[in-house]
Amino acid sequence: MKKILVLSGKGGTGKTTISSALIKLYKINAFADCDVDAPNLHLLFNDFTDYEESNYFGLKKAVINQEKCILCGLCLEKCRFDAIKYDKRYSILLHDCEGCGVCEYVCPAQAISMNQYVNGYLRLYKNEVVFSTATLKMGSGTTGMLVTKVKKQLFDNVSEKEIACIIDGSPGIGCPVIASLSGVDYALLVTEPSISGISDLKRIVKVSKSFNTKIMVCINRYDENEEITKRIKDYCNEENIFVVGEIPFDSKVIEYLNMGKSFIDFDGKASIATKNMFEIIIKNVGI
Amino acid sequence: METAVKKIAVLSGKGGTGKTFISVNLASIIDNAAYIDCDVEEPNGDLFFKSKNIEKQEVFVKIPKVDMTLCNGCQKCVDFCKFNALTYLPNKLLIFDKLCHSCGGCVLVCDKKALTEINKEIGNIYVGKSSDVFVVSGKLNIGEATGVPIIKQLFKYELPVKNIVVDCPPGSSCLVMETIKDADYCLFVVEPTIFGLHNFKMVLELVKLFNKPFGVVINKYSEESENNIKYFYENNIKIIKKIKYDKLIVEMNSSGLIVSRMFPEYKSLFTDIFEEIKRFI
Amino acid sequence: MIIAIPVSEKNLKEDVCVSFGRAPYYYVLDSNKGEGSFLKNPAVDQPGGAGIMSSQILINNKVKVLITKSCGENAANVLRAANVEILKAIKGSLEDNLTAYKTSSLEKLIEIHQGFHGNRS
Repeated sequence: MKKILVLSGKGGTGKTTISSALIKLYKINAFADCDVDAPNLHLLFNDFTDYEESNYFGLKKAVINQEKCILCGLCLEKCRFDAIKYDKRYSILLHDCEGCGVCEYVCPAQAISMNQYVNGYLRLYKNEVVFSTATLKMGSGTTGMLVTKVKKQLFDNVSEKEIACIIDGSPGIGCPVIASLSGVDYALLVTEPSISGISDLKRIVKVSKSFNTKIMVCINRYDENEEITKRIKDYCNEENIFVVGEIPFDSKVIEYLNMGKSFIDFDGKASIATKNMFEIIIKNVGI
Repeated sequence: METAVKKIAVLSGKGGTGKTFISVNLASIIDNAAYIDCDVEEPNGDLFFKSKNIEKQEVFVKIPKVDMTLCNGCQKCVDFCKFNALTYLPNKLLIFDKLCHSCGGCVLVCDKKALTEINKEIGNIYVGKSSDVFVVSGKLNIGEATGVPIIKQLFKYELPVKNIVVDCPPGSSCLVMETIKDADYCLFVVEPTIFGLHNFKMVLELVKLFNKPFGVVINKYSEESENNIKYFYENNIKIIKKIKYDKLIVEMNSSGLIVSRMFPEYKSLFTDIFEEIKRFI
Repeated sequence: MIIAIPVSEKNLKEDVCVSFGRAPYYYVLDSNKGEGSFLKNPAVDQPGGAGIMSSQILINNKVKVLITKSCGENAANVLRAANVEILKAIKGSLEDNLTAYKTSSLEKLIEIHQGFHGNRS
């Protein structure tokens, strides 16, 4: 089964819109949303109501047993993350606690312990298609681990007979992106023609290349700035990166999206360009 | 009487809604202001400001260093480390600095005093000026685990200004939390689509948790999208401005131009937004 | 020589696990004595540094050869520093790989990936 990851570097380039179009065009039966900070893919598929949910536990966090606490303040003194506050008694600021265990270690009264904490939720939709997603509780860290679990949940529940699966990745270059790149065959980088877009594209290319992933680039809304589109194409040429699609801006895309429909189902310049890109990707990926 | 510096955090939840567009232009029209770019993984604000006379400051975190002549191989540090940043091999202690969270625990548990701490650079902050705006950006080195120490250092930098516009990272993770913790006002930038609305709700929770006054700007607005913003009217959330989608402005912005410095109607638009914010800070 | 192979279930007919650091078990075989057993991997649910913890466990168990499908760079650094040979697993079960090892038909693992880096963002 070929694994295709869709990434963007910069947010808002159209990654999720394009992922959903590819899923519909390919009639893909296995996909995952690894943008655990702001998962959106499920919004494009209206028939998902039945799902299995499981808790995601990240790092343990500290908790102070007030009955044992002798108010010495050593924990606050040693905490490097300003995660302990004193207000008539000592308590842990859960959002700031990194789970390092130093307070537990230094407490002379053994009043501190490290407890399991629900950092997010994994969801699995399994009917004619298998869709794996998750959401992280706000303020949480440990997103790389959850991304890994979302992928594993997908691969564990999908039959090897599936030709391909699509993974909608997250923006940025941090550890959730690195976690999503691990073990995928192809990365489709969706970029936009702006100075921010090209700057972020270069950073994400650097990260993707270190994984030996086969990279493809799609320039979305290319006509918003043709000069920068040309710069992106020149850059891809220098780096030997295949530009598989240039999609024009099309106000219809958002209109259909907001109606819960896919722009792919209708004719329009973005729809035609995306279908052409789809043909090129099939040939390139070999499915 | 000294008035404290006021911080306006611009956030969105979803990426690409126009946080940087709004923060850069807002900072440009405010007198005596600074712009701080907290999107340390992909900082873009200075691409617009093109600031000059840039001062660079390194951001360090502490990582352990071992003196093997004192190490007796007890592995207490290996067992203690919750992040698996240490491994013990015969006569060698391996330290994985990218996994280290700088908690100082390994140094505390070592009975032999074999571990000490040294500084490691994880990124930089850059301070420059563009006209009269102080431009401060943080950039995380590729491969590093967390940008939180950079954001902490960004806020420690002393700036001789009355107002600071803070460009927040996307999402609602601990990076965003760190950025809005000490804000005086949170300005949401919302795209009127189902994605934009969904992500707004997620990050609204975070702002409410910190009890911050907030307001909303709808970016890339068009008449057809009116349907998607019913949520705000229904929940009594004030929409300060609806910024219409304008192809020319998109092109200018994508080329890194600051439109409020070029078009009087955009200067007024951002001035209006600031006037509204001032009522709360 | 002590050999280890990551596996999802305690069964010699099971395929080699696709992950090294988060494999539920390692099959550890002392090739001289011909004695093998399944070792539970405590690193399976570690948010970060799973490969490192797993490597430490194998080293503590005096493993000298690892047969695996994949390996992250952190784990590779630890294993190489401890002079553990990393061989690329072939398609098939534990048994198939052990046979291949005995006939010296396994190659060194060259592609080391950057790892999941499962800690905070």
